[in-house]
Amino acid sequence: MAAVAKSQGQLPRQEVSNWRLHRTLFIAMALVFLLAPLVVYPVFLMKVMCFALFACAFNLLIGYGGLLSFGHSMFFGAAAYVSAHAAKVWGFTPELAILFATACTVVLGFIAGSLAIRRQGIYFAMITLALAQMVYFFSLQVPFTGGEDGIQAVPRGRLFGLVDLSNVWAMYAVVFTVFLGGFALIYRVIHSPFGQVLKAIRENESRAISLGYDTDRFKLLAFVLSAALSGLAGATKSLVFQLASLTDVHWTMSGEVVLMTLLGGLGTIFGPVIGAAVIITMQNYLAQLGAWVTVVQGVIFVVCVLAFRRGIVGEIGNWLRKPL
Amino acid sequence: MEIFGIPSQALFGQLLIGLINGSFYALLSLGLAVIFGLLNIINFTHGAQYMLGAFCAYFLLNRFGIGYWWSLLFAPLVVGALGIVIERLMLSKLYKLDHLYGLLLTFGLALVIQGLFRNEFGSSGLPYQIPDQLQGAQNLGFMFLPNYRAWVIAASVVVCLATWFIIERTKLGAYLRAATENAPLVQAFGINVPRMITLTYGFGVALAALAGVMAAPIYQVSPNMGADLIIVVFAVVVIGGMGSIMGSILTGFGLGVIEGLTKVFYPEASSTVIFIIMAIVLLLKPAGLFGTQK
Amino acid sequence: MKRKLLSALVTAAFALGAGASQAQISDGVIKIGVLNDMSGLYADLTGPGSVVAARLAVEDFGAAKKGMKVEIVSADHQNKPDVGSNIARTWYDVDKVDVIVDVPTSSVALAVSQVTRDKGKAFLVSGAAASDLTGKACSPNTIHWTYDTWMLANGTGSAIVKTGGDSWFFLTADYAFGHALERDTEAVVLKNGGKVVGKVRHPFPGSDFSSFLLQAQSSKAKIIGLANAGGDTINSIKQAAEFGIVKGGQNLAGLLVFLTDIKALGLPTAQGLIFTETFYWDMNDASREFTKRFSAQAPRNNYPTMIHAGVYSAVLHYLKAIEAGKTDDGTKVIAKMKEMPTDDPLFGKGTVRADGRKIHPAYLVEVKKPAESKGPWDLYKIRATIPADQAFRPMAEGGCPLVK
Repeated sequence: MAAVAKSQGQLPRQEVSNWRLHRTLFIAMALVFLLAPLVVYPVFLMKVMCFALFACAFNLLIGYGGLLSFGHSMFFGAAAYVSAHAAKVWGFTPELAILFATACTVVLGFIAGSLAIRRQGIYFAMITLALAQMVYFFSLQVPFTGGEDGIQAVPRGRLFGLVDLSNVWAMYAVVFTVFLGGFALIYRVIHSPFGQVLKAIRENESRAISLGYDTDRFKLLAFVLSAALSGLAGATKSLVFQLASLTDVHWTMSGEVVLMTLLGGLGTIFGPVIGAAVIITMQNYLAQLGAWVTVVQGVIFVVCVLAFRRGIVGEIGNWLRKPL
Repeated sequence: MEIFGIPSQALFGQLLIGLINGSFYALLSLGLAVIFGLLNIINFTHGAQYMLGAFCAYFLLNRFGIGYWWSLLFAPLVVGALGIVIERLMLSKLYKLDHLYGLLLTFGLALVIQGLFRNEFGSSGLPYQIPDQLQGAQNLGFMFLPNYRAWVIAASVVVCLATWFIIERTKLGAYLRAATENAPLVQAFGINVPRMITLTYGFGVALAALAGVMAAPIYQVSPNMGADLIIVVFAVVVIGGMGSIMGSILTGFGLGVIEGLTKVFYPEASSTVIFIIMAIVLLLKPAGLFGTQK
Repeated sequence: MKRKLLSALVTAAFALGAGASQAQISDGVIKIGVLNDMSGLYADLTGPGSVVAARLAVEDFGAAKKGMKVEIVSADHQNKPDVGSNIARTWYDVDKVDVIVDVPTSSVALAVSQVTRDKGKAFLVSGAAASDLTGKACSPNTIHWTYDTWMLANGTGSAIVKTGGDSWFFLTADYAFGHALERDTEAVVLKNGGKVVGKVRHPFPGSDFSSFLLQAQSSKAKIIGLANAGGDTINSIKQAAEFGIVKGGQNLAGLLVFLTDIKALGLPTAQGLIFTETFYWDMNDASREFTKRFSAQAPRNNYPTMIHAGVYSAVLHYLKAIEAGKTDDGTKVIAKMKEMPTDDPLFGKGTVRADGRKIHPAYLVEVKKPAESKGPWDLYKIRATIPADQAFRPMAEGGCPLVK
């Protein structure tokens, strides 16, 4: 426990003031997303929120668990397909579709995690990549995903059978709630005893083991949690855009979420949100320029790795000497 | 004649195609294995460098009139030089850090290179003629084997074996292998280890470019040609054993054949089979079939 | 003096009249969005050329003289349904685009058709082929212009079966278009007494067809039907030559082939190919005139494919319908376009059916031998004309919910 406290490096008083800072920032973020749709295209903002949740979920695994997964698209995409199918073919109401898809992702995450956790570092990344490729090719072949066509014309449905989500404001409210809820959950997890142990494992696994922790169990739990929240993001996204397609399970999607988190700041709390916002905005505005988006994303990767490893929020946090 | 219910013509035909694909897998995974073995870096840029080799051949032909045979020499040199520049300017800064940063850097570089080429040339392929000496096909009875594809198999085997020989059986190779085990000690013996590392990276990249030149007449010369291939090649390298040269060669050819057979018996699984094998191998023998635990 | 006053009054009346008609045009501007593949395997047969075609249509309509403001925007959907539907949605919601035209790649077209229907705008499909767009996926906001898989299957398929090609093996692009083309052609082959001995699906887009072609070869089918398009068809044909497929006695049937594909293949490889199109640049004086103007502005001075011609024709008719109906509300304009008969220099006289299918004649063409060709684009000879009333699927057979 002492090792954990030391790696945290902070006294209780600082912890409280950090919490206050985070709470302020959380409220600020919520306000931004609440008021922004008045000036910015709401569908664009919903996309940002879905991907921000995805990036936060991914960050849980790498920033706090120290595990780089190169296959997170399998959770995002699989959930997108399941929720699309549930809403369109089985006629689930949206909240049931999303919940069902997230539940399926938990199962997928458990299976994938059990296989991947056994290895570390590069091998872990490669296993997640291999598993994600399997999910991709499975999605390509299986009829229900519609292959290259994807699942189109997904109905947004009526939330709880009452609220018609084809109204963009109703849909926005749902996405807003899902995003803030997911974000709050991740925050809670990071600052719980479970989160502390996770950080300890990241810093020095053998020491954590010698202290008596079943590190595999913790890592698996973190993996499943990360997978589930990625699935939540994917399931919501497919209802927003009423489309689930192969892009969601392709390995480039895994690369994009890595980019968002790296740019925002690995291991920071608000970093992934900023990273997602920047990348999605860039994709939107550079879309006319076609493949320049890929080039810019690649340059950001290179620059971040060489000179900017803390990411945007990480650098700000470092300058303020506060964990952000 | 039928084997397991499949006409032998189809079987042998797909096996041969599998060998051809396997040649590319072997060549590319060889380069990756060399780079990983020495630098401990997963070179995600490998696919883009393969593509650069093919484009180099295309330009050499269309701008300078330099044909296929000379391109086999020049393209790897040009792209290898580019690789050396990348290593000196960027990769060398990351050696002290977690290896995953190297992966992310090369991933980013791959995006940049592919994006630039896609901007310039679009996504559809550019044509590259099969060299005249290799036109035509042999009628083997059970299939027509295009001469060019036979050449690809033969050339890959030769290059792979030559590389293996250099690394495993020559003094230079011995220095390289020693440097991976204990760089400071080898440096103490007066060997310029950083230069060796740089040249090794350049060599691995040159191998990728060579594969690109050989691929140009068969597949389209397109900016996307390396992108999806690289993922498969990663699987090959991991299965073979990340640092093992012979492992990559054998696994490359072997997996090509397995993929070809899967296409005959169970085509839907043909893209997935390599990944399934990779997951199984990683679980049972994490260092790969021929690798040694580091 | 009197004449001057009279002309001033007339001009004022026109200005007022034009102003009044503009009042029903949303935002005072008719915004046309050309959405297609600008850089991928369909870039030559649609791509920037479609923007040129749309511009020519706006010019020929005389929008400026009639006081109608028309703007054209364009974007690249990269053959991905999610990219395409996102662009469509943003265009309709944010950029106030009134109509989207072209959209090759049937999976994207289906997605855009859905978005268009949800938003009550207009969608004129020239590039995509799936006959479902006027069948079970038909919409009151979509018109399917130039061609479709049923027409191709019927034209090319029946012609080939009737001349002895009665056993088929399909090499199909694995997405909506490929499936639709394979399905429609298979139906025609079976109806004419032929049989289908095998099929294989290749990833879209593909690059190496060797293993699929080998399967086709070992099936010993007389005809290998290529249910793909653009770069995929070109590569399938080239690689088939490598593997001696035609030498071995089998024939390739290009089910969807365009002028630019033949140009890329070259006459020595492509000679003798038979397929169906609805426009050829060298058909008559009007088409030649259009081609001259088009080629001057097109990338690499390419000649127009039938898709480009379709964009021209569709935009022209669209503008006429707006002028007649005095509104650019999507659903109403589409209804007007179905009401008015069509007439343009490229397709002649035609109609738009209730299910959204544009009707015009089709042509069975054969690729010339190198010796027969007198110019770089002199590539086809027209073998037969399929009259308009026979070229397309009968409305009753489509299963379109709009038609009872």
